[in-house]
Amino acid sequence: MKKKAISKNKLYSLIALLFVIGILGMLQANSAQYSYQISILERSAIYAVVAVSMNLLTGFTGLFSLGQAGFMAIGAYTVAILTIPADTRASVYYVDGIAPAIANLQCPFWLALILAGLFSAAIAAIIGIPVLRLKSDYLAIATLGFSEIIRAVISAPQLNKITNGSYGLKNIPAFPNLFVAFGLCGLCILLMVLLINSSYGRAFKALREDEVAAQAMGLNLFRYKELAFVISSFFTGVGGGLLAIYMRSIDSKTFSINLTYDILLIVVLGGIGSVTGSVIGAFLVTAGREWLRFFDNPLTIGGIDIPLFRSGFRMVIFSILLMAVVLFYRRGIMGSNEFSWEGLGRLIRSIPNKLKRKSKTQKGDNA
Amino acid sequence: MSLSTFFQQCLTGISLGGAYALIAIGYTLVYGILRLINFAHGDIFMMAGYFMIFAMASFPWFISIPLVLFITVVLGVSIERIAYRPLRSAPRMSVMISAIGVSYLLQNLATYLFTALPKGYPELPVLKKIYQIGGLSASFVTFLTPVLTLIIVYALMVLINKTKIGMAMRAVSKDYDTASLMGIKINRIITFTFAIGSLLAAVGSVLYFTDRMTVFPFSGSLPGLKCFVAAVFGGIGSIPGAVIGGFILGLGETALVATGYSTFSDAFTFVLLIAILLIKPTGLFGEKTTDKV
Repeated sequence: MKKKAISKNKLYSLIALLFVIGILGMLQANSAQYSYQISILERSAIYAVVAVSMNLLTGFTGLFSLGQAGFMAIGAYTVAILTIPADTRASVYYVDGIAPAIANLQCPFWLALILAGLFSAAIAAIIGIPVLRLKSDYLAIATLGFSEIIRAVISAPQLNKITNGSYGLKNIPAFPNLFVAFGLCGLCILLMVLLINSSYGRAFKALREDEVAAQAMGLNLFRYKELAFVISSFFTGVGGGLLAIYMRSIDSKTFSINLTYDILLIVVLGGIGSVTGSVIGAFLVTAGREWLRFFDNPLTIGGIDIPLFRSGFRMVIFSILLMAVVLFYRRGIMGSNEFSWEGLGRLIRSIPNKLKRKSKTQKGDNA
Repeated sequence: MSLSTFFQQCLTGISLGGAYALIAIGYTLVYGILRLINFAHGDIFMMAGYFMIFAMASFPWFISIPLVLFITVVLGVSIERIAYRPLRSAPRMSVMISAIGVSYLLQNLATYLFTALPKGYPELPVLKKIYQIGGLSASFVTFLTPVLTLIIVYALMVLINKTKIGMAMRAVSKDYDTASLMGIKINRIITFTFAIGSLLAAVGSVLYFTDRMTVFPFSGSLPGLKCFVAAVFGGIGSIPGAVIGGFILGLGETALVATGYSTFSDAFTFVLLIAILLIKPTGLFGEKTTDKV
């Protein structure tokens, strides 16, 4: 009986996957027509990778880090420096020229992405040694500080020949097609899910629940914290690299604190401690910004201009929605649960009951 | 660098540090009582800048300044009421996320209401008047800031150490539950703390923006973080600590700008933060806390 249920779920998942691939194929075939939708979806997928990696740290290991933007910057700059075509580099580094060591350093984008991840993981390993001794809000503010330091170093005029300082880098080659972008994002998330379900993942959760108890069970606190921090930074770096390929031109301002906040809001909205929540959150937040775009345009109803609707109103609505989630719906969309077909089935079955209960209470009120 | 330039730079640094100190006190007070990094504090400071622009458009400065102080206090207290009070029993991370949310909301609201373009800060002729002392020349505000800061800090220390409400504040920050059992109205104390914090942020904003000349929606976020660092540096919860932290930050930053490393002036703050957290995690004057199992 149990076995049958599992195979049924696998079938559902396979159908869903094929459905997604079908939609992607359709979009890819008409990429000129749907370029706007494609760009939203790609951005969502990349944010999903970073959000899941943040969740790995915040939700599963209980380390509240606000350093995402910094590690994304490292990843993005690594990818940019390694993939900008060698013949166009002179025009990119038009201000101070390029350092001879990296002038002809070029590699395929998949290798660049792995190197981006490794580089940002290496930096994280160094930063982690002092920072991970701190707790809760001190950790948050220290990682945030490191992220700002990374940004300051990148935009320093002393590094003009490598990072092009405050002028940014452009001419980064785009994704060859949609499947590559989504495949890479999917792969990253899959790897993180496998990690969370492994014995390491269980150790992380033990740390989250109670550090002292975990230590008493023989877990080496520092080792596991450092491991979680390094792995999360690896995927954040890869995410940053993907973002660089997606945006095609980057500068250090992209990776300000607000980027970290955006990712944090995705994680909170999706549910702290839920991978599927983060993925859903990433798509909802990124698409939501676009859906709410009509608030930015002047609105006229019956010849009367509604004065509230003008540029910037969208972001106000957006932040009010997010505050509402934080205040009244603290668990987010998924809480700490994961998506499952049984869960979906239960949800659908429970809707008629809920409606019935509602109408009953209303009747009771009337009587 | 000649001696007079050196003193000139010192004066600039001390003046900047004074404004930082006033904002840092807001952080330290709130953290001392709620154990919350009030991420929105920097944005309250920014909003005070905008309030001043609009107040000055229709009133003379001696009406505008009290008006701005009052509106800022109302803003600070209502933020506590709406965004933090419902989460009193929630985990600390939720409250912190709520604070980040408020900061995000205030920035977006400011962008919507006042556009993202920098707005000119009104010139207060009294504050802008240039004075010459020896070889140094600076506007009145540069001399006023450190003096005013020290006066305010002294008044605050008296308030906290000598008055009844100050005693209640100390009790709440020591032990939340016991304080409420002793009949202290916790919510009233927290409101009072936010009111003082916002008042000082408003004073700091007048001093800071008079020197900077423009306000834009994000002009509060970086000074906010820096002042939090100043508070941590001095030992969170300690008012003299926050003031010393503010002055060190202001002087260090000015020194970096003066020697041509201005891109690192923001990073300097965080280097300072990490250094202090490694050497003395409780800050200069912080109390040692121990974890209970």
